[in-house]
Amino acid sequence: MREGGMPVLERQKMPAQDAGERITNFNEVALGLTEKQVIEEAKRCLQCKKPQCMKGCPVEVKIPAFLKYVAEGDFDNAIKEIKVDNALPAICGRVCPQETQCEQACILSKKGASVAIGYLERFVADHERNKGVEAPHLPEPTGKKVAVVGSGPAGLTAAADLARMGHSVTIFEALHEAGGVLIYGIPEFRLPKEIVRAEVEYVKRLGVTILLDSVIGKIETVDDLLSGFDAVFLGTGAGLPSFLKIDGENLSGVYSANEFLTRVNLMKSYRFPDYDTPIRKGKHVVVVGGGNVAMDSARCALRLGADEVTVVYRRSEEEMPARAEEIEHAKEEGIKFRLLTNPVRIIGDGKNWVTHVECINMVLCEPDSSGRCRPMPLAGTEHMIESDVVIIAIGTSPNPLVPRTTQGLEITKHGTIIAKEDGATTKKGVYAGGDAVTGSATVISAMGAGKKAARAIDEHLK
Amino acid sequence: MPFEILEKQELVPTIYLMKISAPRVAKKAQPGQFVILRINEKGERIPLTIADFDREEGTITMIFQTVGKTTAHLASLRAGDELLNFIGPLGNPAHIQKEGTVVLVGGGVGVAPIFPQTRAFYEAGNRVISIIGARSANLLLWEDRMRAVSHELYITTDDGTKGHHGFVTDIVKRLLEDGVNIDRVVAIGPPVMMRAVAGVTRPFNVKTIVSLNSIMVDGTGMCGACRVLVGNETKFACVDGSEFDAHLVDFTLLMNRLAVYQPEEKIALERYKCEREGCLC
Ligand SMILES: Cc1cc2nc3c(=O)[nH]c(=O)nc-3n(C[C@H](O)[C@H](O)[C@H](O)COP(=O)(O)OP(=O)(O)OC[C@H]3O[C@@H](n4cnc5c(N)ncnc54)[C@H](O)[C@@H]3O)c2cc1C
Ligand SMILES: Cc1cc2nc3c(=O)[nH]c(=O)nc-3n(C[C@H](O)[C@H](O)[C@H](O)COP(=O)(O)OP(=O)(O)OC[C@H]3O[C@@H](n4cnc5c(N)ncnc54)[C@H](O)[C@@H]3O)c2cc1C
Ligand code: SF4
Ligand code: SF4
Ligand code: FES
Repeated sequence: MREGGMPVLERQKMPAQDAGERITNFNEVALGLTEKQVIEEAKRCLQCKKPQCMKGCPVEVKIPAFLKYVAEGDFDNAIKEIKVDNALPAICGRVCPQETQCEQACILSKKGASVAIGYLERFVADHERNKGVEAPHLPEPTGKKVAVVGSGPAGLTAAADLARMGHSVTIFEALHEAGGVLIYGIPEFRLPKEIVRAEVEYVKRLGVTILLDSVIGKIETVDDLLSGFDAVFLGTGAGLPSFLKIDGENLSGVYSANEFLTRVNLMKSYRFPDYDTPIRKGKHVVVVGGGNVAMDSARCALRLGADEVTVVYRRSEEEMPARAEEIEHAKEEGIKFRLLTNPVRIIGDGKNWVTHVECINMVLCEPDSSGRCRPMPLAGTEHMIESDVVIIAIGTSPNPLVPRTTQGLEITKHGTIIAKEDGATTKKGVYAGGDAVTGSATVISAMGAGKKAARAIDEHLK
Repeated sequence: MPFEILEKQELVPTIYLMKISAPRVAKKAQPGQFVILRINEKGERIPLTIADFDREEGTITMIFQTVGKTTAHLASLRAGDELLNFIGPLGNPAHIQKEGTVVLVGGGVGVAPIFPQTRAFYEAGNRVISIIGARSANLLLWEDRMRAVSHELYITTDDGTKGHHGFVTDIVKRLLEDGVNIDRVVAIGPPVMMRAVAGVTRPFNVKTIVSLNSIMVDGTGMCGACRVLVGNETKFACVDGSEFDAHLVDFTLLMNRLAVYQPEEKIALERYKCEREGCLC
């Protein structure tokens, strides 16, 4: 690919909506590279003999092979190459933490800037969608039936793969729309819902039936499902919100990030009163946490019209688990960061409305078992941050509804479902994968788990 | 998968009965559980208690009072119309067993959710004393149905137009003071009423159960909107309840949290009325 031997060190820049403009709307921030830009960018790839990039991708997308097609302007073959390993490239191209995965592993990241693999993946996936995705080829039915619980990336991937293997698949989804976190959590401006819907449509075209409004554990239990299906896959995610367990957390105006984001994304409360679901639009919003969920909450609050949004995080920026691009975008948009700061108490006005968050400064000590530095409070540094809406985004754990109602399905003390590498749980015929097994992780790892489990279920059904 | 409305009826002013075709929900429904419904694409998800169900017929009946936009919109629908989403059964079934003497208290629209439990306690061989109350006689709900599954039935109205002139709590108190041996009280109605019942039974140490109607979104334990404080512990009403020990519930917090969206609710209702009645605002 490269001409004259030296790699091009300059990486193509992603055009984005202007920061001042975008905080007034919910439209996508990153606008996508042009055709010319993608070809230039793909040409930067050295086509390594031992491509490191692939090792960084949890599903091992054949990155150099697809980049070669892109460099030649052959987007049709590029997307085919990606889709061998990744069924949701339009989504992954947008939300994968590339800087810690494929792009970090790319050899060029050491020499300057890695190839913008995510941008290119996104481009070819969008190219295909805009053209109209070809009708999938449907295999001979095997006569076997599989139930998939949850329609997040894990469930959708498992369902699609199982359908391609000829099994009859039914997805049971608790909410009124399919997509899991992709629909109710990640905001429109980062992942347009039209893209998620197109992916769900594609899964349906593979012959998968999706039953919405179906809370498993209530309308039917996993044991009920096993009497009508030959196997069950649990992709129920990690949707149970954690709270700080500090005073004032039940004050009016204090939200879990899940509630805040569900109201905004799933229920479209940013369009209230055109849509019926209300949301409290704060003037001074405090978001507690440092992950993608915190960034999404902060940026939604800003778009709802807050004067000031402050992210309070107990470690330093280096430890923030959010994607680098989101932190950067949040900063550009004027979100304030109070790092090494932790809330100790939420204070109300006597009528149950939140008015302030009392915080304390933190210092980092030696790294703990997770390799991150354990923050310690610094006595005497308590201070107040004014706030009329507080959003708690400190993590989630798996919902206990399914384990509680399923005989013989074992969980860890963190509430995650115990499963082998291939997804097999402690209950025969029941497989699990994604956040339900790992705790909150990433879209691509959930997909990888769905894929592996589909293979294992296929074996089990033979 | 829309859900057809099979029947709609105005029972008393502002209180409606609606029967929905939802065979999968009906198959699993039990007394004490609720559903969450959404009328259309732009609609809010609202919880309503299952007031009755028929597994054979595949139907769920709810009784609701018009208090804001969504319930007003719901009241405007007719048999043959459809609801876009209907999720359930949610929450835990009521704890029904042979206790001895059980007092069931229903206030206002709360008579509807108390009915299936009353029937179940009756069928489980308990001595059932029911107390139903309303603001006025014309707002009194389901007297006949309640009478059919009660050994004793008391009626109260705030204005004295029927039965005892006063509150349901007056009767509960009288029974307790008269030394009636009560094993359990179940009260469903406005939070103020439930708090008052808890206040009356506490000194007598009679187990009292209430059903908390906190604001909900998903109803599956995912959002935490419905959190309530019970015995100083935060619980999610949708999955940990909706029934709780009345003596441990922080009713003030419940009421405060129910009022969170009052300004928005007003906007939504006014706008809805304008759209229907065609004003120029
Ligand atoms: C706000 C936010 C932002 C994020 N940003 C990123 C990002 O930028 N990049 C990234 O890689 N990852 C991100 N993540 C993490 C990523 O979204 C998750 O790791 C991924 O979605 C997990 O997929 P899953 O299929 O395991 O579960 P989920 O996506 O959680 O889906 C689970 C589904 O199961 C359904 N369900 C649960 N219980 C039941 C039941 N009993 N019956 C029926 N259905 C049930 C749920 O309703 C849900 O639809 C983010 C997460 C959040 C919350
Ligand atoms: C488990 C449970 C069971 C219920 N059962 C019944 C019933 O059988 N019959 C009945 O008439 N009502 C019942 N309710 C209350 C009913 O859900 C509300 O009256 C309804 O949501 C009001 O919606 P609205 O748009 O008409 O009014 P709004 O104007 O939106 O609100 C009016 C009041 O209703 C409450 N409310 C608003 N939104 C919600 C919400 N999403 N969830 C819960 N409460 C809300 C608030 O207190 C608010 O001030 C129940 C509530 C719960 C939680
Ligand atoms: S799926 Fe994610 S990690 Fe893999 S190549 Fe694509 S963007 Fe990179
Ligand atoms: S490591 Fe980088 S340069 Fe090498 S093949 Fe992968 S993307 Fe291309
Ligand atoms: S309604 Fe969302 S957790 Fe109860």
